[in-house]
Amino acid sequence: MSKGLFRISPGFEDVMPAEYKELVTNGPYGRDLGVKDLGTFKELIEEHPLCAGCAEALALRLILASLPSPEDTVIVGSTGCSSLLFTQVAVQNIHSLFGNQNAVATGLKRALRLRFPDKVKDVVVIAGDGATVDIGLDMVMQSWFRRELITTIMLDNEVYANTGGQESGMSPQGAVLYMAPLGKKFPKVNLPEIAREAGCAYVATISPALPRRLGKVVRRAILVAREIGPSYVQVFCPCPTNFKWPSAQVLQKIRDRQKEGIFKVREYVSPEAEAYLAGLEVERQHDEQE
Amino acid sequence: MTTQQVVAPEHLFFEAERERQFMTGSEAVREAIKRANVDMAISYPITPQSESMHLVGDIYAQGYLKEYFRGESEFAVMAAVAGAAMGGVRVFTATAGPGTLRAFEMFPTWAGARLPVVCAFMTRGVNSPLTIQPDTIEMAFLLDTGILMFHAENAQDLYDMILKAFVIAEQTDVHIPVGVFVDGFFVTHTREEVATAPADLKLPPYNPYSAPVPVMDMESVPVRQMRDPFVMKSNFISYAAHASWQQEILAAQERARKHVRRYLGGLLEAEHPEAAVLVVAAGTAVSQGREAVAAARREGLEVGLIKLKSLRPFPREEIRTLARQARALIVPEFNRVGWLAREIKSVVEDTTKVIDAPRVFGGMTMPPDLILAQIRRCCA
Repeated sequence: MSKGLFRISPGFEDVMPAEYKELVTNGPYGRDLGVKDLGTFKELIEEHPLCAGCAEALALRLILASLPSPEDTVIVGSTGCSSLLFTQVAVQNIHSLFGNQNAVATGLKRALRLRFPDKVKDVVVIAGDGATVDIGLDMVMQSWFRRELITTIMLDNEVYANTGGQESGMSPQGAVLYMAPLGKKFPKVNLPEIAREAGCAYVATISPALPRRLGKVVRRAILVAREIGPSYVQVFCPCPTNFKWPSAQVLQKIRDRQKEGIFKVREYVSPEAEAYLAGLEVERQHDEQE
Repeated sequence: MTTQQVVAPEHLFFEAERERQFMTGSEAVREAIKRANVDMAISYPITPQSESMHLVGDIYAQGYLKEYFRGESEFAVMAAVAGAAMGGVRVFTATAGPGTLRAFEMFPTWAGARLPVVCAFMTRGVNSPLTIQPDTIEMAFLLDTGILMFHAENAQDLYDMILKAFVIAEQTDVHIPVGVFVDGFFVTHTREEVATAPADLKLPPYNPYSAPVPVMDMESVPVRQMRDPFVMKSNFISYAAHASWQQEILAAQERARKHVRRYLGGLLEAEHPEAAVLVVAAGTAVSQGREAVAAARREGLEVGLIKLKSLRPFPREEIRTLARQARALIVPEFNRVGWLAREIKSVVEDTTKVIDAPRVFGGMTMPPDLILAQIRRCCA
């Protein structure tokens, strides 16, 4: 998308909504901004209806601030809490059905490659843990097997939150939730390992308690998916509403879990992806020097 | 690959000189797709559909399509097709029976998302017990999904209807999916003469910006656009938004009527419509109906044949008018439930005129004698 495309026509300045005008004058399109720049530009997200203290909402805010080319990014979501927020996001995004996000993204990415052979259009899947590891796991993994050039981001809030707090494959073992009245009988699914084995060139686990690192991880994942292969980012953002935590304590809970070693920040980069990212870094430094 | 020239749909359909070739229904699918300027096709095996998508794969390898791959299930294929259509390309896929049911959640989603997907359904019985034989039961399930539904009698219809389906589906005032249905095996695996336009002609490309909904390519304004936003709050505005959207899909089906008339030459075809007894059928049942009608007329019985080509939109007024002067409407079908007879009963003024027989299923062929027996009974 060229910036001229969404410029306001002369004479219409006073009737356009304030948040649209801000996007035009101070939005992130074509500006190479990131988490470190938050507070200095109009973010892609405009309010949202998620709960107070929602770690997923914070994660999404950070993810959206880290898109390398928001002007040429299409997001594919899935049913869940996050989809309630996507109507408020200023990049085009798709909600199709619960669990089919990686199949939709496959068709979309291939279509955009056909239509824009000389331009990179990033397709980023952002879905919850239920959509990714339970109902949609088949299509998530098949898109990796096929080496689709898409980035998959799981918002791991450890529960089916939007439907009222049911056990998911990512709930901690022993957690008593709806549909697990005696506690969950098996551990969190180890999707990062599966992603690596299934063909992802870049895999990372991260949390919004580490905002700069999250920004870097998202950016690297999307860049790798442009040229090298599929990428997967798992964002740990447990749900305060369903786990009954005071909303102000969510980030502390995440840090505690990390200290206890239950949640680990990890990154896997394939040798090809490593070389590619290093090449981009050299290019970037060269550009900065010029 | 032959170098192809883009021509107007009207030229390809009605003016270009046609050559007759002996081919199977599956090969007729290949010949249609070859001329349809399709960008992407996505396949998944299921009997009796598989061969048609093998052949589409062959013409992809020859350069007629830009993209082709095998998906992981019918649900995933229909989802990938949706993503591709939202990305602004012309897509094609095909399935059958159990595959249709596996993918089912996607069909109302295609319609609701206003995607001009064309899908061929090689109809087949559904489980259990397992069968691979022809049966039109899946069509009953699809009637209210919002997709347009054309029913081919033979390979010629299949070739023509697939090509025309793209043009009808992509009209801005329609822009909803079209299912082209054909009775599996009876048509897909048998050979007949099919007249096709020259292979060096093809349809104009799809223009994604003619869609009544935004294309998901980040090339349009305003940028805050979600496909397809939730309308699930518990308030009247949400209910009204969802209700009006559903009505708009039905309205798009209604607006398709004029395009179906223009390109398919009508929603139905009638032979001897003035007769007191009419055989009304769709798909291969039309062929058995035609034989039975010919035999009956040789006996001096006053009987006509109505071939339904479009089931969505349904030829409501046409059937009501024909039924007014007729004494009986005989509806032969290849399924257990008699859904076509039910549809016809829903539009005629006197439902006692509708004979919901004969019906065969489980893969049986339909002896024209069964239809002839009904004709004799009605004419007695």
